Amino acid sequence: MNVVVDLNRCQGYAQCAFLAPEVFAMHGEEALLYHPVVPDGQQERVLRAVAACPVQAILVGEEAGTGER
Amino acid sequence: MNGDPRDGRIVIVGASLAGLRAAETLRDEGFAGSLTLIGDEAQPPYDRPPLSKQVLLGRVSAGDTGLPRRRPVDAHWRLGVRATGLDPLGKRVLLADGTEEPYDRLLIATGTRARPWPNPEEAALEGVFTLRTSGDAAGLAARLDAGPRRVLVIGAGFTGSEIASGCIERGLAVTVAERGPAPLVGALGGTLGALAAKLQRAHGVDLRCGVTVTALEGDRAGRLIGARFSDGTRIDADVAVVALGAVRNTEWVAESGIAAGPRGVTCDAGCRAFDMYGIVTDDVFAAGDVARFPHPLFEYQLLSLEHWGNAVAQAEVAAHNMVNPGPRRRPHLTVPAFWSSQFGLNIKSVGVPTFSDQVVIAQGSLKELRLVAVYGYRGRVTAAVSVNQAKSLEYYQRLIETAAPFPPAPGAADQGESPAPVPSDVPDPKVLSHGPTVALTGHLPDRRLTLVQPGR
Repeated sequence: MNVVVDLNRCQGYAQCAFLAPEVFAMHGEEALLYHPVVPDGQQERVLRAVAACPVQAILVGEEAGTGER
Repeated sequence: MNGDPRDGRIVIVGASLAGLRAAETLRDEGFAGSLTLIGDEAQPPYDRPPLSKQVLLGRVSAGDTGLPRRRPVDAHWRLGVRATGLDPLGKRVLLADGTEEPYDRLLIATGTRARPWPNPEEAALEGVFTLRTSGDAAGLAARLDAGPRRVLVIGAGFTGSEIASGCIERGLAVTVAERGPAPLVGALGGTLGALAAKLQRAHGVDLRCGVTVTALEGDRAGRLIGARFSDGTRIDADVAVVALGAVRNTEWVAESGIAAGPRGVTCDAGCRAFDMYGIVTDDVFAAGDVARFPHPLFEYQLLSLEHWGNAVAQAEVAAHNMVNPGPRRRPHLTVPAFWSSQFGLNIKSVGVPTFSDQVVIAQGSLKELRLVAVYGYRGRVTAAVSVNQAKSLEYYQRLIETAAPFPPAPGAADQGESPAPVPSDVPDPKVLSHGPTVALTGHLPDRRLTLVQPGR
């Protein structure tokens, strides 16, 4: 499971950083850093963060281009 | 194409962000034919913005920035093979391995590559890097892990400035060399350029503006040991990162008759590529960093945007138009937007700040490092840039979309420290080390906004 954040959309509400701190972290007051590859055991937390994001900036999904022809 | 636009063969050249999102949109729109993605990099699509941030900071490894998919695309992925030519009459893409891919419709999404250091011998020195691919980032991150004595960053655009910020955060000594008068000045103009210069120096960067690097010096073993500058000074450095902007990957279509060159592949507002006579094609489309397209908010000048958001939005429009008949096609009208984080600040931009003659600090102040700068051109709002104030930006996007008067009306500006507009001081890009990430490549009678050097 991978994530990408549309940082044009992100406004630094930091809900994700509270809900899945091992994946999302604020860097300074407003910038967001994240781990694109979700570590094992963090999936549930990440899905909660995706749902909680006030601007719906987080996309989660299987890694693109793998497991296909 | 045999009548039904949802059938046939579609080939996408370029398997990064724009290519991936286009492929997904094609399937979302009901395309049921054969779909092939061709990419010169061996790995599946990955996200590049983290490479100059999380990856350089050592928090994420360079190979771990793979993009999530929105949906399965049922495509034939041809990764690690470069497209070398296009035969628009025979409708086939020629590949470096001697094979070819026939198409009914083609999407060009080949993006850009890092502009290399102009001296090939110096560029080959151990310790000299560019930063564009995950491989570049892996090499640079490993070198930073080893604790170099000093890192030289050549070019203070967004990428160069983010690299400098990452190095400073890792406790490394950094020199930044920029030919222009300030960091970021080519994208944001004089006011925020001056702020960026102050910020870099306050964080301990040895920032040298108005100079060029005249030579990178190596030892006998071929390792970088230092650099010389145009003002006669020299430094010791064991790592140099060349951040001179990007070169558009158009060489492979140069002989095809498509309107392609150093400024990109020219297309219409519906992402259809023009041929070299200015006649629009109906089977070749372009999207992402490589595309050059007219934008109504900016007087229909041709824009080339090296922005993550543009790659996504334009790919969606291109894909929609590839599988829909004329009257159902859509224009690509998205307001340009990008972000950068550096030296503890979050910088976000909407509109085109270089399309301006004046700028005003509409909210906050330079002193408190929290502000919105609003840019105007001939009395209307054309761009806004926030520093640690992202929540305000959407409001100004509406002003840009509606061509609202500049300076912004009362209520759109609080009592900033600089309530009066000042010249935006956007320099001619030819004075900068780094290329512009937004290139206005059309014609403005009173200004020359870009000079693009031929690709190497």
